Amino acid sequence: MDWHQLMTITTAPDNVPIVIMLFLMPFYTWYGLKQSFANDRLIEKLEADPELAKTHHRKTQPWVKGWDSTVHVWPYLLKIEFLAAIIVTLILVVWSIFLDAPLEEPANPNLTMNPSKAPWYFLGLQEMLVYFDPWIAGVVLPGIILGGLMAIPYIDVNPRGNGYYTYKQRKFSIWMFFIGFLVLWLVLIVVGTFIRGPGWMWFWPGETWDHHRIVHELNRNLHEFFGIKDSEVMKAAGFGATVIGAYFAVGGFACDRLFRKFAPEMVKKQNVAQYATTIALTVMMFGLPIKMLLRLGFTVKYVMVTPWFNI
Amino acid sequence: MAETPTKPKFKLPSVAELKEGQIWKSIFRHKLDETPRNRSLAVLSNVFLHLHPAKINRDAVRYNYTWGMGGITFYLFLVLTITGVLLMFYYHPSKGQAYRDIMYIMHDVPFGNFTRNMHRWAAHSMIITTWLHMFRVFLTGSYKPPREFNWNIGVLLLLFTMLLSFTGYLLPDDQLGFWAVTVGTNMARATPVLGSEGPFGPQMGITAFNDVRFALLGGSIVDANALLRAYIWHCVAIPIIASVLMIVHFWRIRKDGAISGPAPVMIEQDLSGPVAKKA
Repeated sequence: MDWHQLMTITTAPDNVPIVIMLFLMPFYTWYGLKQSFANDRLIEKLEADPELAKTHHRKTQPWVKGWDSTVHVWPYLLKIEFLAAIIVTLILVVWSIFLDAPLEEPANPNLTMNPSKAPWYFLGLQEMLVYFDPWIAGVVLPGIILGGLMAIPYIDVNPRGNGYYTYKQRKFSIWMFFIGFLVLWLVLIVVGTFIRGPGWMWFWPGETWDHHRIVHELNRNLHEFFGIKDSEVMKAAGFGATVIGAYFAVGGFACDRLFRKFAPEMVKKQNVAQYATTIALTVMMFGLPIKMLLRLGFTVKYVMVTPWFNI
Repeated sequence: MAETPTKPKFKLPSVAELKEGQIWKSIFRHKLDETPRNRSLAVLSNVFLHLHPAKINRDAVRYNYTWGMGGITFYLFLVLTITGVLLMFYYHPSKGQAYRDIMYIMHDVPFGNFTRNMHRWAAHSMIITTWLHMFRVFLTGSYKPPREFNWNIGVLLLLFTMLLSFTGYLLPDDQLGFWAVTVGTNMARATPVLGSEGPFGPQMGITAFNDVRFALLGGSIVDANALLRAYIWHCVAIPIIASVLMIVHFWRIRKDGAISGPAPVMIEQDLSGPVAKKA
């Protein structure tokens, strides 16, 4: 256990935000879910007692009859905003006094940094480069992430949970978001920050970074596992296209079955375009961990190899 | 000899008298007494505060609902604008000089190191608060009708926040920024069709001298032109784009019924009852 190595990584000034996030994210996940469960209990109580639902103010916040439902922005909101501004300023001032922003040697194109890492918030994308070629990891996947985020309001047809925390009424969308954001995006960032060392090799936290480590990794393309040689270009491309096509077909079919079983109301309410988008995004999202598993567990390099691009 | 009238002695006006004077009244159009009318006017007659409505859902001022992350993100943007403008006074976006300017800011400019640190940490914080804001909006389902479009503006703001931070990374012109931007822009080389090493790029006649990466860097390597482009994107272009998007974002919050809640919970009976039919 190399504590010095671990300390060097966790206390690098630019890594401080990600260390802070390691505490903030679980906290806010708990904080949001706590309120979701409180609302869920209230919903259950009201559903069991429709008479109470007619008169209840339907919030977990305290309520006394006769209270105004609104308050003046000045002073009730503005004083909180000013206070928040002061607290944020105070944190920034203390942070800026005690921790200096990093400055390395002057840029030198002849001296490659090893490891050469992007800013921490892009390390998820950089980590994807291990599993995909740059055109997918750096261009297509970020595009799909942004497009997928923008599609959310148009494919989520569930009318419940509009403006209040709830888990019970939105299980499907909450699980999808947790998998995409908390599991995939944040875990990849943590891997990129704390685990990847020189040569972008895997070093467990506390393992000494060995700059001379050589890994004899034999990553093979998927078709080689099935006896197709790299030289058989068209055969390999055809095989790869079939596998990708089969993944989308089987994945889409599996999603369709699962959605019908676990989110029947969504399936009923969505139109064809909404349903197809939901399935496509789901299948593509799970493509990432599947490719990671193929690469890390079975040394598969590419699933599909063509003269123009590889997947 | 007749007595000449003596001039009244000059006396400093009290605050109460000042408040009755022309100067004060020309600036402040209303009193600050604790009346509902004045409380509303305090917000409505102020160009900055009228971003807010005069009144707000009583439970929305609770910290536990919004976590305050959207507001903090905006505040951090303001901090970054102020510290960024201060840093610009001492910075030349030219190769060789840029690094010396950072050294100068760190060691000679009064509060220069402090200003640079604050700019750096506020930038990192803004990324975190943006993500947390998105997380909260998702958990409360606040992207649902009628706020679908504003969620989209928010996704764009998320993108531009990260691009702002990324373009700023190159500006010190040190090894850290240079290699981070090299790694980042190398991906642009692989853009399908528009990158020199991307799928179908070469087939379309795209080379290292006319692809997306060339447009981003102003050249085929990360050099002087890249520094200048990063500087202009970072200090001028993206702040303008982000500001326009923020204007739309804040405006739409108001137009879409102000802050989303906490809304009264829905129960299954609502979906089959008259409320559902109305919606």
